[in-house]
Amino acid sequence: MGDVGAAPALSFDGVSMVFPDGTHALRETTFDVRAGEFVTVVGPSGCGKSTLLRIASGLTKSTGGSVDIADGNVGYVFQDATLLQWRTVQKNVELLAELEGIDKVERSRRAAENIALVGLDGFEKKYPKQLSGGMKMRCSLARSLVMDPKIFLFDEPFGALDEITREKLNDELLSLFQRKGFAALFITHSIYEAVFLSTRVLVMSARPGQIVGDFKIPFAYPRSPELRFGAEFAELAGQVSHALRGAHV
Amino acid sequence: MSNAPVTAAGGMQGAIQHDQLNKLRAGDDAPRAAKKQHNISDYAAPVIGFGGFIGFWYFMSYWGLTHIWGKPKFLITAPHRVVKDSFIDDRSRTALLHGLYWTARVSLIGLVIAIIIGMALAIVMSQARWLERSIWPYLVAMQAIPILALVPIIGSIFGFEIPSRIFVCVLISLFPIVSNTLFGLLSAERGQHDLFTLHHVSRWTRLTKLQLPNAMPTIFTGFRIAAGLSVIGAIVGEIFFKRGDKGVGILLDSYRSRAQFPQMYGALILAAALGIAVFIIFGWFNNLVVGRWYESTRKSG
Ligand SMILES: Nc1ncnc2c1ncn2[C@@H]1O[C@H](COP(=O)(O)OP(=O)(O)O)[C@@H](O)[C@H]1O
Ligand SMILES: [Mg+2]
Repeated sequence: MGDVGAAPALSFDGVSMVFPDGTHALRETTFDVRAGEFVTVVGPSGCGKSTLLRIASGLTKSTGGSVDIADGNVGYVFQDATLLQWRTVQKNVELLAELEGIDKVERSRRAAENIALVGLDGFEKKYPKQLSGGMKMRCSLARSLVMDPKIFLFDEPFGALDEITREKLNDELLSLFQRKGFAALFITHSIYEAVFLSTRVLVMSARPGQIVGDFKIPFAYPRSPELRFGAEFAELAGQVSHALRGAHV
Repeated sequence: MSNAPVTAAGGMQGAIQHDQLNKLRAGDDAPRAAKKQHNISDYAAPVIGFGGFIGFWYFMSYWGLTHIWGKPKFLITAPHRVVKDSFIDDRSRTALLHGLYWTARVSLIGLVIAIIIGMALAIVMSQARWLERSIWPYLVAMQAIPILALVPIIGSIFGFEIPSRIFVCVLISLFPIVSNTLFGLLSAERGQHDLFTLHHVSRWTRLTKLQLPNAMPTIFTGFRIAAGLSVIGAIVGEIFFKRGDKGVGILLDSYRSRAQFPQMYGALILAAALGIAVFIIFGWFNNLVVGRWYESTRKSG
C-alpha cells in the first residue's frame, strides 16, 4: 500500500493561504496523497490543518498554488458529526445520495448497507439526540461511505471522543480503509492515533503552517490494537512527538 | 426589539423509549440518557399556585381594596360573583360565548395571514444580506407605531368592522414571526452548510432540506408568541372598530362603560383563557412536529 508508483489521488502544489483579514494560514505546502495511502497531518492547533482540508475539498479557494484531485468524489468527515437533528439515522445516512439525486430505492439500500458496516444496525429510526458521541460519528462516517468516495478527508473526527471510543473507532476505520481502498487525508492532534492509522505522518509547523516532518509508518495492515504497545510503535511516536515539539514555536 | 428570537424551551422531550440496545452495542460511550419523568410537583405547583391566586383575589376583594387603598369593594368583584353573573346567568353567558367565538375567529384569521406574510418575508430576507438590511427597519418601525394613530386610516380603508380588526392582528403579530423565522433560518451550523455546499445544491434545496427544518423549533416559538399577540390584537381591534359582530373586546368595553363589573371580569377571564388556550395548542402542536428530534436546552422537563 502507498507504493511510490501509485498515482496521486490528491496533490498540493505550493498551496498557500492568506485570509482577507491578513491571517497567514498556510505557507507553500506541497505533498501528495497517493491511491491507497493513509496520510495523517499533525500540528499545533490553529496552524492551518482545517484550512488545508477546506482547500482540498474546494470549500475555500487558496490564494496561491494549486490542488489537484484525481476523482471529484470526495468524502469529508468533520469534527462535529454535522448530522441533521430532524432526520433519523437512516435519513441522515441517505442525505448525500439524496442531494446527488440518487433514487429512493437505491439510496435506502446503500444506507442500510453502510449503517450495518459501521455497526449502527438497530438504530435506523433513532434521532441524533438519542445517540452517543461515538454513534454520531459512526453515522457521519456511514453518510460519507454511501457515496463510495475514492478519497476521504477527515478533520479531527474523533477529537471529541473519549480514549476507549476513539481507539475502537480507529480499529474500525482501518478495517473500512482496507476493505474500501480509499485514499485518506486525516487530521488529528493525537500522535498515537496518527501513527496507528497511517502509512505516512506529516508534521506541520505553527502558523503559517508548513510541512516540517514526514514519517513513513512501515507497519503492515491489518494492524492489531496491540500494535500500540510495541517498542517500534513507541519509537515512531517518539520521533513524531519530537518533530511536533520542534514545530511549536 | 421587544420580541427577540427566543429558543423554544420546555415540554419538548419526545416520547423516547430507553433502548437496551444502547448498552449492549459496541461498548461505545454511554448514550445520552433520554428520560421522561413526571414529578408530582409538576402538577402540584400549578394547582397550589391557582389556589393562591383565587385566595389573593378574595383577599383583595373583601379586605385589601378597602383597607389598603380605601376604595369601594365593588371595584374588584369576588370570584364567585363573577362566575354567577357572567357564566351561570343565561343572557351574559350567551353574549360572552358569542363574543369569544368572534374574537377567536378574528385572531385566528389574523394569525394565519401573519404567518404567511411573515414567513415569506423571513425567507426573502434570509436569501441576501442586503435584503435583510433593507427590510428590517420597516419591521422595527411597525412595532413602534401606536395603532391608535392609524385607526382613522385603517378604518377608512377596511371599514370599521371585522377586516380592520384582522388588520390590527396582523400588524401586531407579524414581528415575532419574521424575527424568529429569520433567526432559525440563519442558525444552521456552518458544518451543515459546508456539507450542502460540497454537493453543489441549489438555494431551494438548501432552504427546504436544511434551513427550514432547522428553523422549525424557533418558528414555533414565534408562532406561539404571535398567537398570544394576535388575541390581544383582536381585542384591541374591537375596541377601535366596534361595528358589526360583538367580540370579547367590545363586550369588555360596554360592560366597563355601564359599570357592570362582574361581567367585565367575566370577559377578562375569557380573553385570558383564549390566550392560554392558544398558547397550549401551539405548544402541543410544536411537540407534535419537532418534539421527537428537538433537543431542548432545558434539562428537566
Ligand atoms: N475564514 C477565516 N478568516 C480568517 N482567518 C481564518 C479563517 N479560517 C481560519 N482562519 C485562521 O487561520 C488559522 C488556521 O485555521 P485552521 O485551519 O482552522 O487551524 P487548525 O490547524 O486548528 O485546523 C487560524 O489562525 C484561524 O484563526
Ligand atoms: Mg481545525
